[in-house]
Amino acid sequence: MRGIYFLSVVLLIVLTACSAGTANDTNQIQLLNVSYDPTRELYRDVNERFSRQWLAKTGQHISIKQSHGGSGSQARAVIEGLRADVVTLALGYDIDAIHKRGKKLGSDWQTRLPDNSSPYTSTIVFLVRKGNPKNIHDWNDLIRSDVQVVTPNPKTSGGARWNYLAAWGYVMDRELQGNWNKLNDPSAIEQVAEAQAKAEQFVAALYRNTPVLDRAARAATNTFAQRGIGDVLIAWENEALLAIKELGDQHLELVAPSSSILAEPPVAIVDTVVDRKGTRQVAEAYLQYLYSDEGQELVANHYFRPRNQAVMNRYPNTFPVLRLFTINEVFGGWQKAQAEHFADGGRFDRIYTVAKG
Amino acid sequence: MAESRQHTVLPGFGLTVGYTTFFLSAIVLIPLAAMVLKASSLSFSQFIAVLLDPRVIASYKLTFGTSLLAALINVVFGFLIAWSLVRYDFPGRKVLDALIDMPFALPTAVSGIALTAVFAQDGWLGQQLARMGIQVVYTWLGITIALTLIGMPFVVRSVQPALAEVQRDLEDAAETLGANRFTVFWRIIFPTVLPALLTGFTMAFARGIGEYGSVIFIAGNLPMKTEITPLLIVIKLEQYDYVGAAALGCIMLGMSFVMLLSINLLQAWGRRRLFVGKR
Amino acid sequence: MSGGPSQQLLSELASRPGGNSWADKLIRWVFISLSVMFLAALLISPLMIVLTSAFAKGASIYLKSFVDEDTFAAIRLTLTIALIVVPLNTLFGIAAAWAIAKFEFRGKSILITAIDLPIAVSPVISGLIYILLFGSQGWFGLWLQAHDISVIFALPGMLLATMFVTFPYVARELIPLMQQLGNDEEEAAITMGAGGLMTFIRVTLPKIRWGLIYGMILTNARAMGEFGAVSVVSGHIRGLTNTMPLHIEILYNEYNYVGAFAVASLLMVLAIITLLIKTVIEWRGLRG
Repeated sequence: MRGIYFLSVVLLIVLTACSAGTANDTNQIQLLNVSYDPTRELYRDVNERFSRQWLAKTGQHISIKQSHGGSGSQARAVIEGLRADVVTLALGYDIDAIHKRGKKLGSDWQTRLPDNSSPYTSTIVFLVRKGNPKNIHDWNDLIRSDVQVVTPNPKTSGGARWNYLAAWGYVMDRELQGNWNKLNDPSAIEQVAEAQAKAEQFVAALYRNTPVLDRAARAATNTFAQRGIGDVLIAWENEALLAIKELGDQHLELVAPSSSILAEPPVAIVDTVVDRKGTRQVAEAYLQYLYSDEGQELVANHYFRPRNQAVMNRYPNTFPVLRLFTINEVFGGWQKAQAEHFADGGRFDRIYTVAKG
Repeated sequence: MAESRQHTVLPGFGLTVGYTTFFLSAIVLIPLAAMVLKASSLSFSQFIAVLLDPRVIASYKLTFGTSLLAALINVVFGFLIAWSLVRYDFPGRKVLDALIDMPFALPTAVSGIALTAVFAQDGWLGQQLARMGIQVVYTWLGITIALTLIGMPFVVRSVQPALAEVQRDLEDAAETLGANRFTVFWRIIFPTVLPALLTGFTMAFARGIGEYGSVIFIAGNLPMKTEITPLLIVIKLEQYDYVGAAALGCIMLGMSFVMLLSINLLQAWGRRRLFVGKR
Repeated sequence: MSGGPSQQLLSELASRPGGNSWADKLIRWVFISLSVMFLAALLISPLMIVLTSAFAKGASIYLKSFVDEDTFAAIRLTLTIALIVVPLNTLFGIAAAWAIAKFEFRGKSILITAIDLPIAVSPVISGLIYILLFGSQGWFGLWLQAHDISVIFALPGMLLATMFVTFPYVARELIPLMQQLGNDEEEAAITMGAGGLMTFIRVTLPKIRWGLIYGMILTNARAMGEFGAVSVVSGHIRGLTNTMPLHIEILYNEYNYVGAFAVASLLMVLAIITLLIKTVIEWRGLRG
């Protein structure tokens, strides 16, 4: 029986050796980009191009590893110790959490890079079956009783939160005639309250038309496209365009509503990790690359809206034109939106608890 | 009986009990204790508030209801399957016997996706059921089906050896004594197989309560309707509410522990009685 | 839970002349058809979905989906984990079964229940508990960070989670078996002066080997197929910490359905191979 102890000890040594080995087995620089689901194709290209460029410029070999998952759970992994050099997530709220709860980057992270640290944007659009059999053209059509909507669960999916906020913002936009100043105008307080009540009703009606709340955006796309559930999928524009490309334009088509939210997925360097690993320089160059002409071109190729207007103008047929509002305009930022709408007992929960009585 | 065992000449008591306890603590007990401690940072009233939230209660009903139903289905069909595999020879028996373990090997997410494909409205079986007006996916029925698949091997594999054993020893004797088929079943086979059936039932039930991977694909995940308790834990984590997640984890852990413990005590009691009876 | 009876016993029982009255035939017919229908609907049809989706675009595309660096890395990682976890849990299972089956002591039922517990614990929780221990904010977080040791989001964490999930299977297999077999032979061996280890190897092991092998097969299957718990502690780094089940999810989410189900079918094949090994050993054991 002494053998058991001996074997356990040997195995434990092997284990630690293995883990140490993966951490620093080569002298080439390793970068870890922790990102959310829809960016995997984009960053595969970015990583390849950037590492080639970096090699040409500095002679250093770098290998960039990718990790993808739901934006919130990825942020949690970084807080809990996943050694990400850079994070490229779906919403600023998640990177804020890395600052607040993990103390792994400075509070000023969003001002360190241009355009709120979002090198690309996207918006929320609809994906419908080919030929648009249910005649869905705008948000209003989603609350018709003959329409089934597929959207993921806002409690577990960052994309789903954008969907929810876009629907809410659409009603506010309509009721306030696009004048966002009224939100802060004391004399318009009644009109705002009325608009909010309408928005709440609208969103509740929308979720009543939703037969399934998938855990993540990609899962919802699979439910809609593979299982054939629902008449319309609310999705990121980039996801919708990618789904059409991957799953065939003979089955699906994109419908742009009259107005929607401007989604700004942010990127940031994780200070504590890059300082420890000594990878700050290359991590900074990596994020800067996203803003370069070449990077913006890649961004547009993967159906994200480039910030660079010149690049954007080269893709006139890809991105539909619609009225865009921002989360800061309508909701006063992510912290407020999260607390009011998505926290336990918030407006989203009340759709289900109150409706049931 | 118990006395004589304590004075057995066999060596290794200290070593094996020590090793078992050490390993068990390192892998299972200390990590679980971390969760219990995390939850204990809540005050009692906060703890109760987490556990008695209407949405949480709705999820208990769903989770426990579907797990119980799935385990009961498995008791019936698991027994039938074990019986057929042990007692009858038919073409494909060996293949079926080998396939029983498959739900263990297949990642739960794959089982979930594949079951959803089978039972979706355009799936092989979903089509037939839809014609009868039964919707399976995204309802509690779908959850029950997923849990039945996950729990099935536990029952079949518990009952099989017990059935094989009883066939050998007792049945022949009873038949030569002239007892009829049903008496043999109720008086001899059933009581002997019962502990195994009970074990299988408990394991399938316990496994079902915790199951997550396969269920989220086939459940609609609608709050108050098709939302299971493990999903609520995930949702709490998404909001960085580790304490709330740990509290829910503790209550699930507590219920599983009590259930498993009572079944193990029952088994131990049954075994003691059996031994005494034999002597 | 206990393993299936040996093939020899099964065929011996099945080949017995049963009753031949019409009632016996009817019962037999009803039992077999109900079993087969149940398994066909619940077990075989999802397995068919996996296979048909894997081969949806033909065998060559199926095979090509394995020629991928990340897929290869995932297969290697899964096999590594199984290779480490199965022996460790086997040793544990033997020790636990010896302690529990051979001796009476207080709190035995609690010990057995604690061993069973991982089966009942939700995979969501079994990942979480290691995060609470080894995460940056966990008990050992600061210490690990200071010493630059990665536990979670690296191999050790994934091993721990897998060990947790597969913890009970060997012990569960052996305990009832050893209890049933009793102590008489071992006691005789010891009284005649044999050592403890020798007694175990010469007397106990031959009697429990089928149960042991079956327990190891279950452990192996669960270790390779575990998704939930490992997903929490893996960090999902491509080519580094993705196991086969996690890689399947990734491929599925990339709309690469053929690739996803191809890897899933490989897991099925691996499980069948272990079962084949069991059958071969059993067959050779019977002849020898």
